[in-house]
Amino acid sequence: MTHMSADAHPSSGPRPGDAPSDIEPVVEMTGITITFPGVTALDDVSFRMFPGEVHALMGENGAGKSTLIKALTGVYTIDAGTIRVGGTEQQFAGTATAQAAGVSTVYQEVNLCTNLSVAENMMLGREPRRLGRIDHRRMNRRTREVLARLGLDIAPRSRLGDHPIAVQQLVAIGRAVDIEARVLVLDEPTASLDSEEVDKLFEVVRSLRSQGVAILFVSHFLDQVFAISDRMTVLRNGRLVGEHLTRDVTRLELVEEMLGRELEVLERLDREPSRQPDERRTPVLRAVGLGRKGALAPVDLDVYDGEVIGIAGLLGSGRTELARLLFGADASDSGTVELRGRRVHLRSPRKAVDQRIGFSSENRRSEGVIGDLTVAENMLLGLQAARGWLRPVPPRTRDQLVTKYVEALDIRPANPDALMRNLSGGNQQKVLLARWLIMQPDLLILDEPTRGIDVGAKAQIQQVVDDLARDGMGVVFISAELEEVLRLSDRLVVMRDRHKVDEIPNVQTTTADLMAIIARDEEVARA
Amino acid sequence: MTTATASDVSGRSFVDRLKGYSPPSQVLPVLATFALLVGMFGVGSIRYEGFASPQVVLNLFVDNAFLIVLAVGMTFVILTGGIDLSVGSVVALSTMIAASTLRAGWPPTMAVLAVLVTGTTLGLAMGLVIHYFEVQPFIATLAGMFLARGLCYLISVESIPIKDETFQSLSAASITLPGELYVTPTVLISLLVVAIAAWVLHMTRFGRTVYAVGGSESSAMLMGLAVARVKVGVYAISGFCSSLGGLLFALYMLSGYSLHAVGMELDAIAAVVIGGTLLTGGYGLVIGSLLGVLVLGTIQTFISFDGTLSSWWTKISIGVLLLVFVVLQRFFTRREVS
Ligand SMILES: Nc1ncnc2c1ncn2[C@@H]1O[C@H](COP(=O)(O)OP(=O)(O)OP(=O)(O)O)[C@@H](O)[C@H]1O
Ligand SMILES: [Mg+2]
Repeated sequence: MTHMSADAHPSSGPRPGDAPSDIEPVVEMTGITITFPGVTALDDVSFRMFPGEVHALMGENGAGKSTLIKALTGVYTIDAGTIRVGGTEQQFAGTATAQAAGVSTVYQEVNLCTNLSVAENMMLGREPRRLGRIDHRRMNRRTREVLARLGLDIAPRSRLGDHPIAVQQLVAIGRAVDIEARVLVLDEPTASLDSEEVDKLFEVVRSLRSQGVAILFVSHFLDQVFAISDRMTVLRNGRLVGEHLTRDVTRLELVEEMLGRELEVLERLDREPSRQPDERRTPVLRAVGLGRKGALAPVDLDVYDGEVIGIAGLLGSGRTELARLLFGADASDSGTVELRGRRVHLRSPRKAVDQRIGFSSENRRSEGVIGDLTVAENMLLGLQAARGWLRPVPPRTRDQLVTKYVEALDIRPANPDALMRNLSGGNQQKVLLARWLIMQPDLLILDEPTRGIDVGAKAQIQQVVDDLARDGMGVVFISAELEEVLRLSDRLVVMRDRHKVDEIPNVQTTTADLMAIIARDEEVARA
Repeated sequence: MTTATASDVSGRSFVDRLKGYSPPSQVLPVLATFALLVGMFGVGSIRYEGFASPQVVLNLFVDNAFLIVLAVGMTFVILTGGIDLSVGSVVALSTMIAASTLRAGWPPTMAVLAVLVTGTTLGLAMGLVIHYFEVQPFIATLAGMFLARGLCYLISVESIPIKDETFQSLSAASITLPGELYVTPTVLISLLVVAIAAWVLHMTRFGRTVYAVGGSESSAMLMGLAVARVKVGVYAISGFCSSLGGLLFALYMLSGYSLHAVGMELDAIAAVVIGGTLLTGGYGLVIGSLLGVLVLGTIQTFISFDGTLSSWWTKISIGVLLLVFVVLQRFFTRREVS
């Protein structure tokens, strides 16, 4: 979201919600207050949704968006306020009762069971049955149909856990849209999706909207919000700051309203010529013919100190696989890796960490959040493990480091002793990122580091990465957001179809150029 | 460049790759257990005369019918990520209730009903405590274990023989199979229980929700599934299976005694784990637990065929096997994660 252009305003067709005075809201929440020990997550917030509108709920990380959603569906009980759905006052007891009343929800983190099949994850609870027996045939067929609408063609019987996180997210969405609902709640459904999938999702959302479903949409991607929403409600620090028709606000106004201040850091970060790679130096990392059958065709890659390599490519192009191979999270079956000119064999992440490589994975949440530890403990975990348990990090250093990163990444609440599980989704992400940044590795691999992170903090994270690279760290930066890759990288590696298809210096490159490279190979393949 | 002849540009290769996924195999650990069983029989038949005869195999079922039933109930519980330590005591209690009610002249059907109702109620109660008071299953069922064992002593400290005719004739009954082989009715009951359990676990919403809860309880909750019903239900099922297993045990021993089935809960747990069910829940098949019981039975058969080995070798080999299987499972789960 680099450009503050206002040109993405959709302006087609009659806008629902134009005349709310004569339509009854389908959801009306008034004076909602929710307090957790020590935090008022929501303070007298009112919120309404009309049938047939897409309503964006906006706010920074920790603003209270997910909490409002959980209040609506009864996962949290409210301390004050009323909730009306379809005109009657409701206090749901949880997802199941909310669903029965027509409120279908995709919560922020993918909340599915990875041990079950895709079809079961989509249909369980309302699967077709005959005399108590699940009709697997019909269930699988229905799953296929729903997933096809989302542009996904996977075996319904395959195990959910075998699919990448993006597919899991689509399945979660499929589960929610397949329920005949009056209200569809989508809490950051697009966090791990690429533009193709997002387009498909929006098609489905639009068709549901035209059927009169009210859709609540949360996202930190402003483009998406402006593309799909009709109305928006903005929260800040648990308070309501405004409700607008989307076409009445500009991005700038929205961002200001969300942050409560102007956003300064969004211009293109300056690239210094000195950071162009010098072929005569030894690279921090040199991979030659690194590959793994079925995951990645052999790839050559050099990463020099102080350099950010951006990896661009569509979902499933092999970008995550490359990262995992570089880190030793998956074993490679071809090729060699040299670190500072020395051959190494990275058999495990442990080994890679010993060699001062860091890897913040795209599944950070499932792979790293320790909910019952504090923010500070979660942050220092990696550093402590790398030093060995016999050499504790001195308390003074700990405090300094923690304070530094809480500030640099704007983690909220800015309390190092807060329990991790009580942080909002985006703030947990920031803590996990800080865990790797703190270790100051020689080479840091970041897979989707800004996923689920708000506009303000995103810029801050980019700034931190840039600073670290300036201090000499080599960075491999992977993101589905091409703008972000372009802003940060010195060199660009383009992946497609599990191959590295191009490598170019990032000089005046535009997203259109990148898309062209990705698409060019499609052309070649088609010809 | 591989040749993607896609007509649309929508990340075709990605989709193609996903299509190639074959259903992942829950079956693998079960196959491992089966291979182990076959291997053990192979070794046995080489070392001992008459080891690999069909009747020896059938006797595994005959001698372990009650344990099979217990393991089935335990599978339900472990699949949700729980544990039930009370089953051995409930078996003892069941034999006591059966023996004492029969001695008091109750008709056998009433005695059977009393046993089943008691066991199921006890399981239900533990389930309610576990779910609604958020007590660790380990603790709640440990309490249940002491309670059931205590109730036995309340009925009688002495062993009570079962002299009821129906029970006696059932106990003596055998079903002849072609080739001069036989099984007992208890075997049929236990196999029926296995079949029903497998059906419930795979074909019903309840069964699939058991797996869902084991996979991730919080997700299951947020998916709007009937988590409470399942979490309480599995303990009721385990209670039912323990009491049914108790009845089969009563038929096997023809007595009720407070000291019956001491430590049998651990055999059941061992069988389930050896059968490939993950103690953390979510993965496992009931057929695996059946095989697990047969493995335990085979170890015992080994000892009895050998004659020179002390019966402690049973425990030792079970211990070793358990360790091996748990380590293997760790391997499996590691691979799943990456
Ligand atoms: N269970 C809890 N206990 C204590 N505090 C909580 C709990 N859940 C949320 N909070 C706090 O409430 C506030 C709002 O969190 P919420 O998850 O609603 O944010 P959000 O707007 O969804 O942010 P994000 O964009 O990061 O997802 C945060 O300050 C968070 O720390
Ligand atoms: Mg949130």
